[in-house]
Amino acid sequence: MELELRGITKRFPGVLANDDVSLTARSGKVLALIGENGAGKSTLMNILSGIYRPDSGEIIIDGKLQHFADPGDAIKAGIGMVHQHFMLVPVFTVAENVVLGVEPTFAGNILNRKKANKEVEEISRKYGLAVDPKALIENLPVGLQQRVEIIKVLLRGAKILVFDEPTAVLTPQEVTEFFGIVEELKSRGSTIIFITHKLKEALAIADDITVLRGGKVVGNADPKTATQEELASMMVGRDIDLTVKKTKANPGEVVLDMAGVSVMDDYGRPILDSIDMQVRSGEIVGVAGIQGNGQTELVEVITGLIPLASGAIRLKGQDMAGSSPRDIHKDGVAHVPEDRNHMGMIGSFTLAENLVLDSYYEKPFSKGIRMQRQAIDEAARVLVKDYDVRPPHIENTGGALSGGNAQKMIVAREFSRDVPLVLCAQPTRGIDVGSIEYIHEQIVRKRDEGVAILVVSTELDEIFALADRILVMFDGRIVAELNTSETSPTEVGLYMAGQAA
Amino acid sequence: MSNHGSEYQELPVESYTSGESKTKVLNKNKVRRARAIGVILLILAGVVMFILAPAAEGNATFGLSFPDDRFQLDALSVPSTGSLYILALVLGFLGGTQFLKGFQSKSTMILGISFALFVVAVMIWATAGQEFSLISMLVSTIARCTPIALGALSGILCERAGVVNIGIEGMLLGGAFTGVVMGSLVGGWVGLISATIVGGMLALLLAFLAINFRVDQIIIGVVINILVLGLTSFLTAQVLVKRPEWNDAPIFPAIKIPILGDIPILGPMFFDQTILVYGMFGLVVFTTYMLFRSRWGLRTRSVGENPKAADSLGISVAKTRYLAVIYGGMVGGFAGAWFTLGTVGRFDEGMTGGRGFIGLAAMIFGAWNPIGAFGAALIFGFSDSLQQKLALINTPIPTEFLSMTPYLVTIIVVAGLVGRARPPAADGQPFEKQ
Repeated sequence: MELELRGITKRFPGVLANDDVSLTARSGKVLALIGENGAGKSTLMNILSGIYRPDSGEIIIDGKLQHFADPGDAIKAGIGMVHQHFMLVPVFTVAENVVLGVEPTFAGNILNRKKANKEVEEISRKYGLAVDPKALIENLPVGLQQRVEIIKVLLRGAKILVFDEPTAVLTPQEVTEFFGIVEELKSRGSTIIFITHKLKEALAIADDITVLRGGKVVGNADPKTATQEELASMMVGRDIDLTVKKTKANPGEVVLDMAGVSVMDDYGRPILDSIDMQVRSGEIVGVAGIQGNGQTELVEVITGLIPLASGAIRLKGQDMAGSSPRDIHKDGVAHVPEDRNHMGMIGSFTLAENLVLDSYYEKPFSKGIRMQRQAIDEAARVLVKDYDVRPPHIENTGGALSGGNAQKMIVAREFSRDVPLVLCAQPTRGIDVGSIEYIHEQIVRKRDEGVAILVVSTELDEIFALADRILVMFDGRIVAELNTSETSPTEVGLYMAGQAA
Repeated sequence: MSNHGSEYQELPVESYTSGESKTKVLNKNKVRRARAIGVILLILAGVVMFILAPAAEGNATFGLSFPDDRFQLDALSVPSTGSLYILALVLGFLGGTQFLKGFQSKSTMILGISFALFVVAVMIWATAGQEFSLISMLVSTIARCTPIALGALSGILCERAGVVNIGIEGMLLGGAFTGVVMGSLVGGWVGLISATIVGGMLALLLAFLAINFRVDQIIIGVVINILVLGLTSFLTAQVLVKRPEWNDAPIFPAIKIPILGDIPILGPMFFDQTILVYGMFGLVVFTTYMLFRSRWGLRTRSVGENPKAADSLGISVAKTRYLAVIYGGMVGGFAGAWFTLGTVGRFDEGMTGGRGFIGLAAMIFGAWNPIGAFGAALIFGFSDSLQQKLALINTPIPTEFLSMTPYLVTIIVVAGLVGRARPPAADGQPFEKQ
């Protein structure tokens, strides 16, 4: 089926989310839709799946004009969404998830499990999507969960499949498998729309590329000839250098030293299992791993936010066990947290207030019980300027900033202190290419000042761009320690999946 | 962090590889838990040995049949002192073994068995030199577990769909009151049906505020409890006191099922009960089947686990939740009728005495599964019935302490289990359509 959008416009109060967007997804081809956050990809997708109705413009499938009143209409028209955050019930089986809403039954209401399993098996066989219909979703790896999502839309007769950031949660091996699935779907005549901000993948899999910026289509590109740099420049609207410039690391003394560190969850099971690692001054250590393999806890135990069950953490030779998070932070650990909106800042506070969240109680920001507004504002003005936070109005609330600028504000607060260790958890998650470039530069600058840096990221590209040394976490353990110059994303990917350990 | 962590820091953590360490850390926790259980059992053994056994004299006699049963069983008579010493030794052996070696995966079971033995010991001690009708206690165990099991079922229906219902107590009380008034005015069956409807209406209030206005569900539950308590107390004082004939409902008689009802012990327990008890069994079995085997159940559980997923597949989250909550409320109202129409035929202020909350505990103990919750309700029903029967014979325990039993059991069970069972993932979370 061929899908055509003509002049789609959607306005929200104060924002023109889609401005006269026209594009075509050819039958049996892959269209990659790329753009930064806020470029209007999600709005367009919600219009396609019947969640929003466009203010003007037309959706045409195989030459026929469509009107979607609700998601049901879009499904009937043959559009299937595979969401970034899987829409699955973890405690249900594969088959139960697939048939939910279109269950085969006896006597009107009693589930026919046999038939449900058979329906799943049929689609599995037809499209080469092997998965056990009786397995519980929570026991399946993410790659298989994604297959279940695909089977779900295929069972509902989808001919146009829309994938929203499908590779964000996959290991490199799973990405390769996923591309195989996409080829298979293509060969069976499905039309694929692939929404992504990963330019490499768009170039690898797409037949056509459409670039969105600020709600508008800014151009189309031919994946055979286009380069990542060209696409990035189209996305951002100015020239972008994607490689991080850095010299060879010059590691000095050990700053962070962890020995046998274990952390338990509420049920007494280890989430961190006997972690041994060191970070030296003047080097960037990257922690790679699929989300949920203990990286969050690693950062939280170093910063004192969760208690350690056993082992020792030393900062410049000093034992940190039992110190309060404030003491640890003050004594030398800067922390850019992974969840910017919940841990990194307070959305309803002003920029000035957010910038002194970790030091408001110290001189010159406080005298006795009184806060010194003037000193706070002055310091904030300097930081906002130095770290290029836009718009630079310190009286605005943190919540009003875009993701990239909010992250720059947090980086400003954490990096402006003179500390021996900096922890950056997912430092560029979900922010624009321009801010990514800037934050990467800042991290390298901090390293060159002789600070020890630990970067935790689920993006392998980011790990390879920044890290001098790579640690791979799997199931609460460090399963590999590799030199960036002597390894490859494929090797790291195998460790991430727990296969090479 | 400091106290906890420091005692481990001397461990030679670096000396073993990380693969082994996981099991070692786990073992450490297991050993500690095994020790703790062992100590508890030894204390129980000590209590039986040094406090109960020396105080008991004569034979303890337990009646196993009612006088008019078709097949009579002889009363069970045991020498109290001797049997208490034997029980103390068994408990001591179990506790000692557990402390030294541990029963590994079976320790939870051993703990349960030991508590049961301890309860037997208390019963022997309390009845020493007297006669105690064990059968009537067992029959009343089933009767008294009825409102608790139904209360738990009410909670399960709501929470499986993602709506927390702590207003069960209010639904029970509302059902009890409505049941007695309508029962007195029109008749027992009308009373029962009205009680069910009132439960459903209270649930409708919960559903409306929770689903349409996304009010905090705990607060709505508290409001329902206070509202019903206040309203029924007011109406009792203002209306029922002046018109006692409105507070005098017929009681549903026990219906004996032919043949099955004549089986010794089990017959009177399960096949010679009121319609409310049979209704409880029916509802538990029916709801379990529907929840786990029907399309309705699959959809209900899906909105309690991941409403977004259900919504994206065209299932109406609001409608599904409304249905489950109203069904749950009706079960709660039905359970309320047990207090009046199933037992005494009259209403007293606050007569449900926290049974709705005990039902919530049973729901958690039963891991949000109706059959499991029924099992838990049996334990609470047993303790409830035990304290009541012991109060009748002249035991050395003050009645004030006896009447604490069901609540104490609830605290012990909940403290030991909360956090282990996994509630539905979206329990208590309002759903907002995009």
